[in-house]
Amino acid sequence: MFKKIYFQSIFFSLFFIKEAFAAENGGMPQLNPEFWISQIFWLVLTFGIMYLVLSKLILPKISNNLESRKSQILENIEAAEKQREDSDAKLKEYDEIISKSKLQANSIFNQAREKAQKDIGAKREVIDKQIDNEITEAEKEIDALRKNAPDKINKIAIETSSELLQKLIGAEVNNSSISAIVDDLSKRNGDKYYGN
Amino acid sequence: MAANPMSQFDVYRIGPEIKVGAFDISFTNASLFMILSTVSILLIFNLGSKKNSILPNKIQLLAELSYTFVSKMISDTAGSKAKPYFAFIFSLFMFVLFCNMFGMIPYTFTVTSHIIVTFVLAAFIFIGVTVIGFIKHGFGYLKLFVPSGVPAVLLPLIVVIEIISYLSRPISLSVRLFANMMAGHTMMKVFGGFVISLGVVGGWLPLSFSVALTGLEILVAFLQAYVFAILTCIYLNDALNLHH
Repeated sequence: MFKKIYFQSIFFSLFFIKEAFAAENGGMPQLNPEFWISQIFWLVLTFGIMYLVLSKLILPKISNNLESRKSQILENIEAAEKQREDSDAKLKEYDEIISKSKLQANSIFNQAREKAQKDIGAKREVIDKQIDNEITEAEKEIDALRKNAPDKINKIAIETSSELLQKLIGAEVNNSSISAIVDDLSKRNGDKYYGN
Repeated sequence: MAANPMSQFDVYRIGPEIKVGAFDISFTNASLFMILSTVSILLIFNLGSKKNSILPNKIQLLAELSYTFVSKMISDTAGSKAKPYFAFIFSLFMFVLFCNMFGMIPYTFTVTSHIIVTFVLAAFIFIGVTVIGFIKHGFGYLKLFVPSGVPAVLLPLIVVIEIISYLSRPISLSVRLFANMMAGHTMMKVFGGFVISLGVVGGWLPLSFSVALTGLEILVAFLQAYVFAILTCIYLNDALNLHH
């Protein structure tokens, strides 16, 4: 309902407005030649001045700015590329130096190890010889000691038994008879103590 | 008076009447907006070209984008031979664009909505292009009216049509811009009048139309400036590179 009234009112007012315009309309001001000359004059004047200022002063500056920016950007790109190449070359150099020094270090390490191994071998030989000598000496000593041991024990046995007898019996016993007994005993027990 | 949608196109004198001989060259509202347009163009582009920084600021970017836009338009349509005419086409494009855009501000006057202004521009372009064509190609420029590959029987007819179409160039160029501007502004004025006459009850519909029309007219303002400039380039292309 309201919608209908709304659109009807619009329609009718359009009608009235058109009537009003028709009543007032005095044609197009564009076709009134009163100010044509004035418009042409001012158009030529303003457009001419604008064209002159733009073409002589402003546009060359803008084109110059654009050109200089372009060339500067190109220069910068070139410089950046050059620097990148430089850094690439330097990186290569660095890598070479690193690999070379690694090789050198390896060889030095190997040499040092070989030398150390040689030294260790020589020293070990010397020490082995010394140890062998000492062992043989010690064995000799032990042999000598082993050879002397029964005699000494016999002597000690004879002396102690003679002293024992003297103290027990109070009579002196002939050493030679005791030594004969000890020899006999030791020969019998010798195998038990010094059995090889 | 204000309700008349044509009254916005009225030209009236500002200040005293100036007469040179029989000619009235008084300062009018049209002159005022021509001066405003050119001064703002010169201001913007002067500011935009003053400093040359590698990273452009806003106004410099605006100036340089306009420069590259127009220069690309010219090189695309008229080739590299049109380089010397760059400044003229650039001024033309900017002048028409700024006059159109100034007209979009309420209570302003649209310079390009007057047939005499657009016709003077178009006639100048027409005469200039014709002169350039005859200078570059001599009487060979008349070959423009004789398209290649047309059967001999049809040739007289085609030549007549070509000559008429060539001669109608300034009219079509000027009327296109003038009619677009006048029609758009009249329509906006009419819808604006509806808003007032329909009042609070019915005014909302034409108001929304008015808003939409404003957007459309801004687009048309740019587009017509572009069309004006690009047609100039195409005519220039005919004169410079004769390959019809």
